[in-house]
Amino acid sequence: MELAAAAALGKFIGAGLACIGMGGSAMGVGNVAGNFLAGALRNPSAAAGQTATLFIGIAFAEALGIFSFLVALLLMFAV
Amino acid sequence: MANTTTEAAGAVTEAVTEATGHAAEAAGHAAQSAGMPQLDFSTFGNQIFWLAVALVLIYLVLSRVALPRIGGILADRQGKITSDIAAAEELKQKAEAAEKAYNQALIDARTEAGKIVAEARAEIQKDLDKATAKADAEIAAKAAESAKRIEEIRAGAAENVAVVAKETAEAIVAAFGGRADAGAVDDAVASRLKG
Amino acid sequence: MATEEHSQGLTFHPMDQFKIQPLFGEGPIHWYTPTNATLWMALTLLAIFALFVLGTRGRAIIPTRLQSVAELGYGFVHKMVEDVAGKDGLKFFPYIFTLFLFIVFANFLGLVPGAFTTTSHIAVTAVMAVAVFLTVTIVGFVKNGAGFLGLFWVSSAPLALRPVLALIEVISYFVRPVSHSIRLAGNMMAGHAVIKVFAAFAPLVLISGIGIAVTPLSILAIVAMYALEILVAFIQAYVFTILTCVYLKDALHPHH
Repeated sequence: MELAAAAALGKFIGAGLACIGMGGSAMGVGNVAGNFLAGALRNPSAAAGQTATLFIGIAFAEALGIFSFLVALLLMFAV
Repeated sequence: MANTTTEAAGAVTEAVTEATGHAAEAAGHAAQSAGMPQLDFSTFGNQIFWLAVALVLIYLVLSRVALPRIGGILADRQGKITSDIAAAEELKQKAEAAEKAYNQALIDARTEAGKIVAEARAEIQKDLDKATAKADAEIAAKAAESAKRIEEIRAGAAENVAVVAKETAEAIVAAFGGRADAGAVDDAVASRLKG
Repeated sequence: MATEEHSQGLTFHPMDQFKIQPLFGEGPIHWYTPTNATLWMALTLLAIFALFVLGTRGRAIIPTRLQSVAELGYGFVHKMVEDVAGKDGLKFFPYIFTLFLFIVFANFLGLVPGAFTTTSHIAVTAVMAVAVFLTVTIVGFVKNGAGFLGLFWVSSAPLALRPVLALIEVISYFVRPVSHSIRLAGNMMAGHAVIKVFAAFAPLVLISGIGIAVTPLSILAIVAMYALEILVAFIQAYVFTILTCVYLKDALHPHH
């Protein structure tokens, strides 16, 4: 029983730690969007053609955050 | 403090017991497990089957009916817009030609009117000149007549003056009791009038 | 111990909304059993049918509202495929449009309160992602033959680095369907779960005094998350579609 309690403790702590990864993904998304904005303000005429690239970049950065969220969920509900 | 800890531990243990109970239950009938429904593999076959059905139906609806129709609508609209623009261009050119013709007509009319006006003016001028000349001649004739009549009147007046002077002189002489010699009086008056 | 009382009073079941249940009665779910997933997929199909078949029934030169929405969607994806995958990618336009419409309608129907979000299930998104992966791979090999492998051989890099880069490229190529599917399912799941967690806090006012502050806050948070989810519902469909186009471009023109 003590072992089971420790396991439960561990999985919740692990889930919390996994959520730190979402912060990294947040920084990544912010970096992509911020740099896009900086470039777009410098050259607004080129910005419209690059929105697709912007979304692709955001999607890639965000996917990793989703992975850590998934790990958290797995720890909470599936392990 | 210790009491609280024990209680908390007890609660955790209880929770864990419950969780393990759930797990056991989940193992029993996986469909209603407490874990992530996304990882419940027993429903995967069902979802994949229905997803395939849905996607194939959507694909058929789109590729057989919707997409050709929308593509046709867009092509029609594009064609209509192109032909309308061409028609509009043609109409515009027609309008421009009409405007040009109108302007030309206007210019022609204006020059024609100018010509007519000039002609009329010349004619009027001629009439006017003729009338003026006639009037001048009439006026000159009238003036000459008047001058003659004035001259006559003046001459008449001078004669009358001589007659009146003579008669007056005769009357004065008679009043002085003399007898006026007609010839002497005439001479005297004539000399006086001249003088 | 007050907090414990709350957690006993409040019920957190953020994942319950994703449960798959048979539509009629109880019992085991066979592969043919109509479930709530089936129902919402059918509603997605009906919505697409209503918009794209009934909405364009008039074939009007001057479109009605529904027809202009349908045309807008058509033009949006058509332009995306043409811009990203190139002219020869237009052959795959109905396929990509099918995926886009299914995802966008499933996402938005999932936002109806009480609805089931089919795209929040990894099984669903994985099937679509694997279908895209297989299509792209097969098209790549059919179109380019062995030249498709040039995708992994970065000829602009120094020769010594190329094997390492090739390894990385191969790995990233095979990770594509994973990230492609988990991104969509994860986004949908995360948003709905967060809304559900906030919703679980909402009845706190019935249990405890602190609820006077917490309940309005949680309702506000639900509204904010819902607004974000509306955005995410569209953006994830867009991202899924545009990544499909990007992968297709790689298959059609593997040389960078």
